[in-house]
Amino acid sequence: MTGLTMKAGIWLILAILAMLASALAVDSGFAVHMVIVALAALLAMMGTLRSADWGGIARGILRMPDEGHYDDDPVRWGVIATVFWGMAGFLAGLFIALQLAFPALNLGLEYTSFGRLRPLHTSAVIFAFGGNALIATSFYVVQRTCRARLAFPGLARFVFWGYQLFIVLAATGYLLGITEAREYAEPEWYVDLWLTIVWVAYLAVFVGTIVKRSEPHIYVANWFYLSFILTIAMLHIVNNLSMPVSLLGSKSYSAFAGVQDALTQWWYGHNAVGFFLTAGFLAMMYYFVPKQAERPIYSYRLSIIHFWSLIFLYIWAGPHHLHYTALPDWAQTLGMVFSVMLWMPSWGGMINGLMTLNGAWDKVRTDPIIRMMVMALAFYGMSTFEGPMLSIKSVNSLSHYTDWTIGHVHSGALGWNGMITFAAIYYLTPRLWNRNRLYSLRMVNWHFWLATIGIVFYASSMWVSGIMQGLMWREYGADGYLVYAFSDTVRAMFPMYVLRAFGGLLYLAGAVCMVINVWRTILGHLREEAPMSDAAFDPAKDRPITQKPAAVPAE
Amino acid sequence: MNYNDLRHFADSYGLAAMVLLYFCLCAWAFRPGSRRSNQDAAHLIFAEDGEPATHDRKNDHG
Repeated sequence: MTGLTMKAGIWLILAILAMLASALAVDSGFAVHMVIVALAALLAMMGTLRSADWGGIARGILRMPDEGHYDDDPVRWGVIATVFWGMAGFLAGLFIALQLAFPALNLGLEYTSFGRLRPLHTSAVIFAFGGNALIATSFYVVQRTCRARLAFPGLARFVFWGYQLFIVLAATGYLLGITEAREYAEPEWYVDLWLTIVWVAYLAVFVGTIVKRSEPHIYVANWFYLSFILTIAMLHIVNNLSMPVSLLGSKSYSAFAGVQDALTQWWYGHNAVGFFLTAGFLAMMYYFVPKQAERPIYSYRLSIIHFWSLIFLYIWAGPHHLHYTALPDWAQTLGMVFSVMLWMPSWGGMINGLMTLNGAWDKVRTDPIIRMMVMALAFYGMSTFEGPMLSIKSVNSLSHYTDWTIGHVHSGALGWNGMITFAAIYYLTPRLWNRNRLYSLRMVNWHFWLATIGIVFYASSMWVSGIMQGLMWREYGADGYLVYAFSDTVRAMFPMYVLRAFGGLLYLAGAVCMVINVWRTILGHLREEAPMSDAAFDPAKDRPITQKPAAVPAE
Repeated sequence: MNYNDLRHFADSYGLAAMVLLYFCLCAWAFRPGSRRSNQDAAHLIFAEDGEPATHDRKNDHG
């Protein structure tokens, strides 16, 4: 009872402190954020009191967690949060794509301008959609592969809700104009500190579960998850070293200056791609692809080499974001060389995933979830080929700052991260809610085709627009003047912008199919539908032969 | 700390040590007897389905 009072009391004190900070804030954005923090603390207090085991407290016996079952509540919430934030992020993406084509959609308001909605989109899809998918699947996979219940159940719940608070603070901050202006690390100092606390708790839950495992071997998916958690902690802390102007204000300044700051930012930025969007999602691949295919991974040995190669190579690739800048030449070349070397382990991993289907390729035709996984791996291979190519200096001189980069990022994010996450969600939903199957497999198929065609529209329009933009920028006339003004390129890109938005609309439509499918699966509905594939059967021909065929004379 | 520290790290034995460590970690996957343990590890995720860890020699890629 005293423990419960203490916990509720701490949340109440935090809420009061946040309200005080809000009253004394030096800028309005910080005041709004502290009100959100206070509300979150009050909600946490309510949650603590309502979920308390009052009967147990009265009898003096506390309910112990059932070690005979996996702790799947945070995974269920994570699946729902992934679907929800995915929709928010895709919708924001479609809206800003339309803003680029039709600037009137900026609505003349600072809150809805492209500059504020763009980080909202990137953070919503990467950190909210991707992050929730990673946390949920890591909690699911680590329990199954360790054959042990999640360690520190209270902390695991704190990780989930604390991460949602981080997302809400980050998203509202962007709309209010609170930003560090560091790409993919825009949240300000106090939000960064909060994420650090949540992340350390995440690490504790994950490592704690591995420590109490019953399985002697640590399955390779857990290596990838652990490297993702550890590296993101390191990147996040170093990149966000900064000094706040006031402890009651939202503004801070980076600990680094000039090109040092730029290198730190892109060391962070590229490794966020490498360890958040690659290592973490590869962990999903190494568990869910073998499980869905019902075959072990093609080569476990290759997966170990894949792991160490990514770890040793990825960390050096960041400088390729700073080609032809004030960064010294040797650092640029280093970034380029390591990026090109990364191609090999990436393709090794792709081949490992695809070859897992060796001998079961028919599943690509019969199982739309496997089809999604294969498409995800194909896009992983495609974008890890395109990336090293774009990092070569001479290619980069054409592609840098153009839409080609945007196309590359989206073929990776929509194709690889999106598809493998959708597949994992479709795998998890019936299992987590104890349903026989998904509401509809045919809707998974619809989702697959809408998403695939959407990506094709997106990537191809951005290739055309990016290369055109790069060529127009570098076009010199006979007397040495630039032929085109910047506005000429913007005008020329309009049709590609519209096509890109159309691709985004298709992708969003596919995600809507997923929302309906997941929702109705959770409700326990089953759609009456013809199976995806069946052996051929024609009742008209299913009868004995009554007339003997005329004898054919021998030649 | 600035990027010159990275340069000095790469100029020194630091880089050689990292390369050596990388090769040792990769070689670990090829140590004698690893084929069997790798295969058990690859089948580990199916144990919960009640499936015995089968050893299909034909499709054994370590």
